[in-house]
Amino acid sequence: MSTTQLDELIGNEYQHGFVSDVAADSVPRGLCEDTIRLISARKNEPEFMLEWRLKAFRHWLTMSEPTWSTARYPAIDYQNIIYYSAPKSMKDRPQSLADVDPELLRTYEKLGVPLKEREMLAGVAVDAVFDSVSVGTTFKAKLGELGIIFGSFSDAVREHPELVQQYLGSVVPYTDNFFAALNAAVFSDGSFCYIPPGVRCPMELSTYFRINARDTGQFERTLIIADAGAYVSYLEGCTAPMRDENQLHAAVVELVALDDARIKYSTVQNWYPGDKDGKGGIYNFVTKRGDCRGARSHISWTQVETGSAITWKYPSCILRGDDSIGEFHSVALTNNYQQADTGSKMIHIGRNTRSTIISKGISAGHGQNTYRGLVKILKSAEGARNYSQCDSLLLGGECGAHTFPYIEVKNPSARVEHEASTSRIGEDQLFYCQQRGISVEDAVSMIVNGFCKEVFKELPMEFAVEAQKLMSVSLEGTVG
Amino acid sequence: MNARDHTLADFARTQATLPGARVPWLVSARQVALERFAQNGFPGARDEEWKYTSVAAIEKRAFVAMSPQSGHDQAAAALVEQFALTGAFHLLVFVNGRYRPTLSAPGRLPAGATLKSLAAALESAPEALEPYLADDRSDNGQTVFGTLNTAFMADGAYLHLSRATVVEQPIHLLFIATQAGAAGALICPRNLIVAEDGAQATVIEHYAGADGTVYLTNTLTQIFTGANAAIEHYKLQQEAPQAFHIAGIHALQARDSRLSSHSVSLGALLARNDISTRFAATGCDATFDGLYLVDGRQHVDNHTRIDHAQANGTSRETYRGVLDGHSRAVFNGKVIVHPGAQKTDARQANHNLLLSRDAEVDTKPQLEIYADDVKCTHGATVGQIDDNQLFYLRARGIEETMARSLLVHAFAGDLIERIRVTSLRTRLEQILLARLPQGERIRELS
Repeated sequence: MSTTQLDELIGNEYQHGFVSDVAADSVPRGLCEDTIRLISARKNEPEFMLEWRLKAFRHWLTMSEPTWSTARYPAIDYQNIIYYSAPKSMKDRPQSLADVDPELLRTYEKLGVPLKEREMLAGVAVDAVFDSVSVGTTFKAKLGELGIIFGSFSDAVREHPELVQQYLGSVVPYTDNFFAALNAAVFSDGSFCYIPPGVRCPMELSTYFRINARDTGQFERTLIIADAGAYVSYLEGCTAPMRDENQLHAAVVELVALDDARIKYSTVQNWYPGDKDGKGGIYNFVTKRGDCRGARSHISWTQVETGSAITWKYPSCILRGDDSIGEFHSVALTNNYQQADTGSKMIHIGRNTRSTIISKGISAGHGQNTYRGLVKILKSAEGARNYSQCDSLLLGGECGAHTFPYIEVKNPSARVEHEASTSRIGEDQLFYCQQRGISVEDAVSMIVNGFCKEVFKELPMEFAVEAQKLMSVSLEGTVG
Repeated sequence: MNARDHTLADFARTQATLPGARVPWLVSARQVALERFAQNGFPGARDEEWKYTSVAAIEKRAFVAMSPQSGHDQAAAALVEQFALTGAFHLLVFVNGRYRPTLSAPGRLPAGATLKSLAAALESAPEALEPYLADDRSDNGQTVFGTLNTAFMADGAYLHLSRATVVEQPIHLLFIATQAGAAGALICPRNLIVAEDGAQATVIEHYAGADGTVYLTNTLTQIFTGANAAIEHYKLQQEAPQAFHIAGIHALQARDSRLSSHSVSLGALLARNDISTRFAATGCDATFDGLYLVDGRQHVDNHTRIDHAQANGTSRETYRGVLDGHSRAVFNGKVIVHPGAQKTDARQANHNLLLSRDAEVDTKPQLEIYADDVKCTHGATVGQIDDNQLFYLRARGIEETMARSLLVHAFAGDLIERIRVTSLRTRLEQILLARLPQGERIRELS
């Protein structure tokens, strides 16, 4: 395949790159204690929240930005970011979806979020976060009957302060890292979910994040608590419009699973990756951590990362409860000048804890893809078991794939295995397909999908379809 | 005075007694290295390369550089007797870091081969050494201890093989630390191996010390292989149980050359190996084998790095460890495939067997790949003796301690079998059996 064809095929425009013309209510650019007081006041938060934010902010001031990752990017000016931006029309909150700004609804429609009545038949309850506030939540009442609390973080702070106070920061404390501290100080909204004991959430819960306004950072915070014996599957999807500047996204996700509870968290991340010369794009610096607090609890992370100029996240599991299980399934794709530094941490504390890490990295163009993971078996983790597998697929001679697995074992009864391989699509594989009348693009798409299949099968159906489409759009013709 | 200042003062004190004090390029190389050390000081826990290995114990002890000609001859002779290998070797003995001709037996080398003490080479023809000693291309990463070695290097072996020279008998370099001479000492041996195009040799670096002596060996070996040359390198570390051992082995390989490195760590309280090679041309081949058997409060750290800087390179790396007592093992293996290094084939494995509740392993196999037409894999495992295997043996009437010994023997034996120097292989086999309960019976069986 010739270079020109290749360029044409790689040059797929970002499909979600439109800007919604919605009047926004923002706080002034920059960050100081007043910004935080202002955010907290706008959101009518109780005193404990403001206190917590200020503590986080003061701690953040003492920290410096981490430099250990392989990602390279120009310095971020934290005073040149708008930390809070809400669509104007949100001031008087819509009572039902009919009240929602039609422009907003059109935006979601373009993204294909099933927010409206007819789309409810799809069976997805959506808590959509538009820039910084939650626009509308479907199925709230139906979930309420089962005692499930699902809604925006702001609502949860007002309606269930005791739950928020008990769990907020208990998995990711504001002292955790630079970006987690920043998020704790300025986070504007996010999703909150509580599943009461013994309840199996009857539908997939979902949030949709979208960065719209120019120069804004998005700092959302998600907190999911599955009480004893509860089950929930949660989906998260992200897109951002095209902007030439780099935008910062520093989210925090905390999961708490009590005895016998199970949380399945799936992400399709498709933030704007920047153009083909690496201009613009989202800096996606996210802290995600699940705490298997109870015995026999189970947390699984599944992620498909195709967007963002820089992705930097390590969804982790703290396997505290005996017999608890942690899983991480990931597909990360980097094309053009994208950089992804992602992986997982599995901290085994309880007895007979088990974890699995399956990571698939695909690099094309000048993309750099790094797996960085930690498997730590503490002395108390009798009979712990880990299996990690990291495979990389390289498409093109300019990209890179790197593996940095850390394995720390302090208990001899543990069994830890790590395997990694790196290869490219074989010429013989392509030849085989072409010989049977399959075009190069289709063959590559087929082989890549086969490579990712292990992870895709973990995704709920709707997401798996979207993920496959995303992969083929982002990858077409990257092999010559 | 902190450890760094102590070291700087020590250098000022001993500088004049070091070999090559009148060779300007060497004086300046030492000075540059010392300045780099002065800048960095000893590595701390924040240093990624030293994340799991603390050198606080080394800093605290404030070792001092050796003055020439210290050491007790009779004690040294007894140690040589104890550690020398049987069979035919070109033997060079270094006592407390200095060459001791009376204990050595270099024998007859083929024409085209030069084997002598580094200090002597620096006295007679220093210019021949300049391109290598003053060249840091092969010293990957320039570790702090590497710079310290360059500043303080006193003696070691110099092996030069001119074009197509083949040395049939293995060369045995035995480094002995005596009780009287080495106590509290910083010993910095430096070895230089230069193999020109098509040359071949086998070199055994062997470190041993008198029981009960506390000292620090900080050794550095540079290997340069010319086109199509082949060097087989063995390192056997049997330092005194209370000693500290830091070693660097750094190679630079030219087209189609072959390097095999076998590193066996048995002794020392704290041992660290930095072993690296760089494929500076196409078609290079490297084999890195490593075995560590540790017990008690021993800490062993192996860092390896293979730079596939050019295409068509092949590397195979296998490190295995058996840990007992409160011991701790660290492994970090880097394989870096540079842009353009197509058709690279790299495999790496690290396997650890934990025999006690208090042993600990921290392993980090690491791949960095910047080319697409490559085949790279790595794997790491940590675990205890497999219950199924144990059951298999028990079901056949083999009692438990014997069954365990057999399994450990098989696990470590795989690597010992790959050693091609017969007397070295036999020696290691004996050491392994002596460590195992019922080792005598296994010997009878095999």
